Amino acid sequence: MSTLLEMSGVSVSFDGFKAINNLSFQIGEPELRAIIGPNGAGKTTFMDIITGKTRPDEGRVIYGERSYSLLKMSESDIARAGVGRKFQKPTVFEAQSVRENLAMALKNKRSPFDVLLYRKNSEGAARIESIAEEIGLTAELARPAGELSHGQKQWLEIGMLLAQAPRLLLVDEPAAGMTPAEREHTTDLLRRAAEKHAVVVVEHDMEFVRRLNCKVTVLHEGSVLAEGSLDHVTSDSQVIDVYLGR
Amino acid sequence: MTRKTFLTENRSIFWFLLALAVFTLVVTVLSTGAGTGAISTSFVKTLGRTLCLMLVAVAMDVVWGYTGILSLGHMAFFGLGGYMIGMWLMYARTEIIVAESLAAAAIPPTPQEIHDAVGTQIFGVVGASEFPAIWFFASSFWAQMALVVLVPGILALVFGWLAFRSRVTGVYLSILTQAMTLALSLYLFQNDSGLRGNNGLSGLQNLPGLDAVPQSLVSIWFFWGSAAALAAGYLLFAWVVSGKMGSVIRGIRDNESRVRFLGYHVESYKLFVFTLTGIVAGIAGALYYPQAGIINPNEIAPIASIYLAVWVAIGGRGRLYGAAIGAGVVSLLSSWFTSGGAPDIPLGFYTIQWTDWWLVLLGVSFVAVTLLAPKGIGGLFDLMGRTHPVMPARVGGYGPDKGARRKSEGEEEK
Amino acid sequence: MPRVLPIVFALVLCACAALPGTGRAQQDDAASDLQSILQTHAEEVADPGRRTVGAVIDDLVASGLPSAATFLERWADREVYLNTEDGRFYYAEDEGETYALTNIATGEPAGSAPEDAVEEIRPNGGVRRVIGSALVQFQLSDPDPAVRSDALDALARRPNAEQLAPLRNSIEGEQDPAIRARKERLAAILSARFADSTEDRIEAISSLASGLSLEARASLSQILETQQRVAESLPEDANIATELEPGSDALPAAEAYARLVDEGLAPAAQSREEIKAALTANLADGRVGGVPVGQLGTEAGRARAYAALAEAGTVPPLVTDESRAEALASHVFYLEYDEPDPAITDAARTALDEVETRVFLNQMADLGLDALSLASIYFLAAIGLAITFGVMGVINMAHGEFIMMGAYTGYVVQQIIPDYTMSLIVALPLAFAVTFGAGVALERLVIRWLYHRPLETLLATFGISIMLQQLAKNIFGTQARPLTSPGWLDGAWVVNDVIAISNIRIAIFVLALIFLALILFVLNRTRLGLEVRAVTQNPGMAGSMGINPDRINMLTFGLGSGIAGIAGVAIGLYAQVTSEMGANYIVQSFMTVVVGGVGNVWGTLAGATLIGVLQKGIEWFNPSNTLAAQTYMILFVIFFIQFRPKGIVALKGRAAGD
Repeated sequence: MSTLLEMSGVSVSFDGFKAINNLSFQIGEPELRAIIGPNGAGKTTFMDIITGKTRPDEGRVIYGERSYSLLKMSESDIARAGVGRKFQKPTVFEAQSVRENLAMALKNKRSPFDVLLYRKNSEGAARIESIAEEIGLTAELARPAGELSHGQKQWLEIGMLLAQAPRLLLVDEPAAGMTPAEREHTTDLLRRAAEKHAVVVVEHDMEFVRRLNCKVTVLHEGSVLAEGSLDHVTSDSQVIDVYLGR
Repeated sequence: MTRKTFLTENRSIFWFLLALAVFTLVVTVLSTGAGTGAISTSFVKTLGRTLCLMLVAVAMDVVWGYTGILSLGHMAFFGLGGYMIGMWLMYARTEIIVAESLAAAAIPPTPQEIHDAVGTQIFGVVGASEFPAIWFFASSFWAQMALVVLVPGILALVFGWLAFRSRVTGVYLSILTQAMTLALSLYLFQNDSGLRGNNGLSGLQNLPGLDAVPQSLVSIWFFWGSAAALAAGYLLFAWVVSGKMGSVIRGIRDNESRVRFLGYHVESYKLFVFTLTGIVAGIAGALYYPQAGIINPNEIAPIASIYLAVWVAIGGRGRLYGAAIGAGVVSLLSSWFTSGGAPDIPLGFYTIQWTDWWLVLLGVSFVAVTLLAPKGIGGLFDLMGRTHPVMPARVGGYGPDKGARRKSEGEEEK
Repeated sequence: MPRVLPIVFALVLCACAALPGTGRAQQDDAASDLQSILQTHAEEVADPGRRTVGAVIDDLVASGLPSAATFLERWADREVYLNTEDGRFYYAEDEGETYALTNIATGEPAGSAPEDAVEEIRPNGGVRRVIGSALVQFQLSDPDPAVRSDALDALARRPNAEQLAPLRNSIEGEQDPAIRARKERLAAILSARFADSTEDRIEAISSLASGLSLEARASLSQILETQQRVAESLPEDANIATELEPGSDALPAAEAYARLVDEGLAPAAQSREEIKAALTANLADGRVGGVPVGQLGTEAGRARAYAALAEAGTVPPLVTDESRAEALASHVFYLEYDEPDPAITDAARTALDEVETRVFLNQMADLGLDALSLASIYFLAAIGLAITFGVMGVINMAHGEFIMMGAYTGYVVQQIIPDYTMSLIVALPLAFAVTFGAGVALERLVIRWLYHRPLETLLATFGISIMLQQLAKNIFGTQARPLTSPGWLDGAWVVNDVIAISNIRIAIFVLALIFLALILFVLNRTRLGLEVRAVTQNPGMAGSMGINPDRINMLTFGLGSGIAGIAGVAIGLYAQVTSEMGANYIVQSFMTVVVGGVGNVWGTLAGATLIGVLQKGIEWFNPSNTLAAQTYMILFVIFFIQFRPKGIVALKGRAAGD
């Protein structure tokens, strides 16, 4: 397991409020990691920093074998470098069909002229079919995504993440609004992805985290409070304080 | 269930091109220049101009209806195209006239003499006689033709690069494009802009060297040219908005940052669409102004671009034929009302004269369309039984969810 | 002639108010005195020459008689006649056969004389100038301050050397401090140019350096007036201002050569037309100088033909570029001062530089005031827009038309209430009420249905905008309507010759300040403001806390529109009211909001100030071209957005819209 992403000494503040405070974090490839923390702990900002949406005030974010800094790259460059993100709230393109959504996410060349001259091919179609099957939307491929139920949109979002074939998957609350069976499926999926790639899961639901059975990082007030197995962190007195209130 | 494949797109392309071909044929048969003479030459010109406006409306639809950029600058590109063709038309024609008059002298004129005399002729109205640097290529037809494409293209490229790079979106971008248009028209209004200030370029209906050809025939040539350009432009844009490109740009319209996180460089796509449509607008303008005969900076004023948006909105965004129909219907209606063609309505205590009240009617109907029929005229085609899955009703606002879009409008995160 | 006696008496009383009671005898004395002075110099008076007339005038001036001034005036105007019968001087009027005579001392009729007995006295121009300057002294010492003031005005308009002495003499007896100061200033200006000794002049020039007035500047530049000259080499004794390089901006090569030709130092260059005319004139048998006409369509062919003609001596030889360059190189071009004394020109240059530096600083201050008043107009025009945009995220393209509605409200009120002050007092709140109502109506009828669709709001309000514009045109016509400001707003606050600002602009500035304070108060200190801020920051949360966002939106929109109406009245006061006036402000208003930063009163203030200062600054660099100023302005804003996309006062963090 080699280190894929390393953050060190990262801080960011909004109008004086320190959302992230001297945060250091690293993850290898392959690895599955869960991040937990109370509201306002900086989980979303943490993901925003990695994906380039928010620029930190200080600190370093190093990615990949060639150790390039993500801080100088645009969101799209970071995504192309292999960082995929599933948003907390499903944000699929509702006016477009499920197939179009998946096709857009499919790993391919991304420049305007490549896209303009892109021809549909059997390879791509097969890939879409297999992802659709994985996320259980085979029958819905031609429907506009806006017509899907909330759970189906969650799955489509996960499918789009898979279609990007990223090396680092950032997954924000994947299990929200899912049935127990679907949770099971999601857990499987994430664990399978983590066999080859780095997967970071942000989750509130302890049960879900327990099922992932992986190393856990606890964020609190913008920095790492504890790190280790779930049992280890849940027995940490600081973590208990934070979660149960002082 | 209708699948959105290239075939369904194709059907509307087919019908549109067929309608255009029939229309062209009918007008040709009835025209003064090539047919029975039931349609006057000036009306043929009006129809030809309308086709050009339809072309620029189709381009506007791609940039606004599909990509979500409400550009209030495309009529500026349109006008620039007109200026570029106008420079050649004016130069070449003045050169012929000047050469003729100088040939009457005892000694044949030198090329320099002719050039100077042309300069005096063209710039006399603004009290100058020297050719400004921007007229360097005016004597060459092909170079000036290239400029028809290059000048609007490069302006769109540079402006778009600046605007998109700084992540200006939504209404901010609209205002910025409007500012660009205003700056350009104010610049052209100056006498020392090199394009004859508010006199503009005139006499463009006369083709150099073709004085013998009657205007009735010239008008039908331009009509054909405009129809061909509209057909070609329609095909081009139908191709662009179909398939994966269409998928990405509609994605940008609906949720720009999501597209970015999928790894697409959104700015490049916007720039591509903005520049391509700018170029097509320039070409449309280059066909329009020889039929109008005159171009001046008023044509570039921001109001023109806003009307363009109005046409597209009334016609129906997000479908190319909607934009074309909107531009055709509204601009023809507009010229009918403002030219006094529409009968006055006596109310007893007051007589509504449409030359005065047309703009009021347009304003009201525009508000009504925006409020009551966001799909515009194009929406009628849906009523005729053909569902249009590209625009499900609930996405009318282009925002993902209530409230989410509004706050981020214009203040796109760094 | 007894019946004229009372009149004479009255006249005497009037003329010699200083000597009441003793009137008659004195007057007779004086009268005989004036005539006798004239008789003493009868020859010079009857046939005045420039040199000889001095003695007469000196005596007249020395006599201190009031009638002397009248006499001098009428003398210069050729109204004095010599009656050859009695050898006395009269004012006379042509009555055909005879002349009606008037006594020059008393102004009473003195009978008549036949045509051939009177002789008109015709002083020439030189004499009249001398008389004129003598008159100046009378006027400068006139008891009526208005006359003295007029005399000074006339003097300042046409300063000349003769007036210096009378002006200096009159300073001593001057009682009015303002006029005295003016006289001293003028005396300094005149001495700077006309004093006899170099020292006096230099002293006067240095004293001018501390002023700002146009007169002083004009006088200094007059001293520094130069003539362009050309010579083989620089003359030793001339007072040379600067040497000019041919081909530089100050002296283009063509102009320099033309100068040489004028001076006869070089042969005239042939223009293309002249060459052509020469060739045409020598056209024979289809050839010119042996070159066939067919070949004359090129520059080379024409050159050959002309060379052949020059060879034959038919035309002067061609002046080539080389020979022109050579001629220019062998001469020097320079500017020579009209004033021969370098000490004086140097002093004047130093003084003028000093004055100009001060004038520049004052101009900057004036420009600053101008910019401030422009900024307050933009602030008034934009603040309503900023409020609606900031709070509701709504771009109201009809905002400019609300400004127009406010201005027309003011106009209509003025038609009904003729008193301008009263009508203004009524118009301001009424304009607010009208546009507030219009704003609320627009919000209820249109905008409410389009929340979350900002681009469509933009277009729908644009539809409203063209409708309102056309309606205004239909109702009020296309011509501009005046909105007259009350008398106390006319005029300007003048600080000195350079700095002045009109009262209307000051009033608008004050109005802007009042609105700034009012809006800050409403937003920060009232319940409404609290609710508005709550809705701005989180509409959902505000709604769940019992605030009705619909009501807040409606009131906010009404408030923004109402302020536009007031801005309309203010703008209408100094600009014309037309149906298109709103459109002229809408883009600037948007710029102000965008540059300043959205959703912040201070941002709008900063934006308005920046735009105002910038626009005035650009206009200052290029005053003749306001179109270019606007173009550069807009370009600047486009570039500004590159560096500060969120405006000057940017909200940061999550509130800025994640």
